Amino acid sequence: MAGKRKPKIAVWKFASCDGCQLSLLDCEDELLAIAGAVEIAYFPEATRTRLKGPYDLSLVEGSITTPEDAARIHHIRRSSKALVTIGACATSGGIQALRNFSDVKDFISIVYAEPAYIDTLTQSTPIGEHVAVDFELRGCPINKAQLVEVITAFLAGRRPKTPAHSICMECKRRGTVCVMVAGATPCLGPVTHAGCGALCPAYGRGCYGCFGPMEVPNTEAMSGAWKALGASEGEVMRVFRNFNAWSAPFRTESEAHEKEE
Amino acid sequence: MGQGMEQRLTIEASGLDGLFAVLEERGFTVVGPTVREGAIVYDRLASPADLPRGITDEQDGGVYRLKKRDDDALFGYVVGPQSWKRFLDPPVKRLWRAERDGSDFRIVPEEVPREAFAFLGVRSCEIHAMEIQDRVYIDGEFKDPGYEARRRSALIIAVQCTVAGGTCFCVSMNTGPKSESGFDLALIEVVDTERHVFVIEAGSPRGREILEALETRPSEASELAEAENRIADAAARMGRTFDAEGVHDLLTQNLEHPRWAEVAGRCLSCANCTMVCPTCFCSTVEDVTDVSGDHAERWQKQDSCFTMDFSQLHGGIVRSSTRSRYRQWLTHKLATWIDQFGVSGCTGCGRCITWCPVAIDLTEEVAAIRANPPDAVEPHRRGKP
Ligand code: SF4
Ligand code: SF4
Ligand code: SF4
Repeated sequence: MAGKRKPKIAVWKFASCDGCQLSLLDCEDELLAIAGAVEIAYFPEATRTRLKGPYDLSLVEGSITTPEDAARIHHIRRSSKALVTIGACATSGGIQALRNFSDVKDFISIVYAEPAYIDTLTQSTPIGEHVAVDFELRGCPINKAQLVEVITAFLAGRRPKTPAHSICMECKRRGTVCVMVAGATPCLGPVTHAGCGALCPAYGRGCYGCFGPMEVPNTEAMSGAWKALGASEGEVMRVFRNFNAWSAPFRTESEAHEKEE
Repeated sequence: MGQGMEQRLTIEASGLDGLFAVLEERGFTVVGPTVREGAIVYDRLASPADLPRGITDEQDGGVYRLKKRDDDALFGYVVGPQSWKRFLDPPVKRLWRAERDGSDFRIVPEEVPREAFAFLGVRSCEIHAMEIQDRVYIDGEFKDPGYEARRRSALIIAVQCTVAGGTCFCVSMNTGPKSESGFDLALIEVVDTERHVFVIEAGSPRGREILEALETRPSEASELAEAENRIADAAARMGRTFDAEGVHDLLTQNLEHPRWAEVAGRCLSCANCTMVCPTCFCSTVEDVTDVSGDHAERWQKQDSCFTMDFSQLHGGIVRSSTRSRYRQWLTHKLATWIDQFGVSGCTGCGRCITWCPVAIDLTEEVAAIRANPPDAVEPHRRGKP
């Protein structure tokens, strides 16, 4: 790919908090190298430049929550050679997918003075439910080192390395003592996708599942372990109903505990 | 190498300062037990003040708690979440770098480590674990130069077990609680209202040289008797037992036993058991490049047969069910390891039981398979890992 023109990158935002895009801006040193290696064609958070597609790589943040966005993502897909979703919103619907478990009309009437101005979908859904996605980068927010890895891998034409095993392996490699076994602290690490480097357990906290379900999550056994440590049905339901609530394994598990409550 | 007839010597607990000084003089980095994050972990120690004085560990399946002892014992606990393999074979390490050089590239090898460790407080099961890993990293056709350098320079100061943990079963595996060989020095801690001493013996010329530099006195008969008593007491109080008789054939002939599916229902596939096991040796390599494409590095990371990538071959993942992954771990550890290396892969340290978040216990799993008659399925994969 070297030699000719620089690859064009675009960064798109849907329903999200911008935290994942900020991770890209936070890559200071790497960003200079990235900026030298690519052409930033569209990234409103960082630049007013707005180049027309097609784009070699589109990074998509956020979930689909409105009819316009549901249409816009198809345009982006059509003008992108590769489309990579970044963060929990884009890969699983985000925290705003909590609406999927209730009736969104109830929220609208409570929150907005003029509900008539609100045009929204009943559900918040990940990008992958609307268009084909080439790679999904997990995390709420994403880990900036992993973002650099994804962009670098794309530029080099190789597969990014973002292992899908448990958080536990990250704890053990860094030498963090298991908070669940040694501290009786409920932790989602065993069912959570690696990527953060086991941040919370390193500070004595249980994992909140920011990176979503790992490759083979046994959520039922996980819930059993939480209950053995004293968590109630409601607590188990809520812990799976977080930033990745709409990911299939976490959704199924939280629903199982909703019924039992 | 322990020469039984040698005169036994004693040092006072306060004499451990002298031991640290002697080790430092000889250029060793002392690594040993210390309390961190609610557990006794192995780390670099500055002085005996870093040791877990008066602390013990209570262990059971999925449970580990530190407790105060009613004495000042420095080694009155069993084994923690880590093992010495963390130092002999670091879990994450760079193997080499590559730099672009015009249209070619240049490999920059990683330097062989020069730091010499003195491991203080090595248990009998842990010496066995090192010897098992030696077969993997040193004795085979392909050596790991980093491991070999660290292992050959490391000084082993054993501490004989005088308490047994809730998940220990070294007696069943013939690996403890008393170290008979494989150490440079061995200590037995004797602590009661009147004394706090260590009976000390050398197991190698290197150990003997260090012993001679220490302030010692001949052991009193009562100290020796008490020391032996305490080891015997530990042997009698194993938290678990394991029937190792014929376990190779039992497992390899029961690959379709219903118990595998049953345990798979409980298992999280989290890999903690393999990560804490002192003999597991699997790793993966990751090649990384930077944005410029001018630098590349190869990193080695501790891996586990519980991940999907582990069995990713051309065309797909071979062990996609937890049933097959749990079976891989257990059959490798207890059965096919013997085919591969001539010994069992299990030392009976109990870590995989304690540190499993859902308390899966390999001694129970094997007992359950043993309790039910073989399922009469053809042993078609017999002996294959
Ligand atoms: S299999 Fe379990 S008990 Fe055996 S050596 Fe490994 S961690 Fe210890
Ligand atoms: S049990 Fe699994 S992780 Fe351990 S050495 Fe065997 S294959 Fe490797
Ligand atoms: S046996 Fe326990 S520690 Fe091992 S993978 Fe299964 S749940 Fe995790």
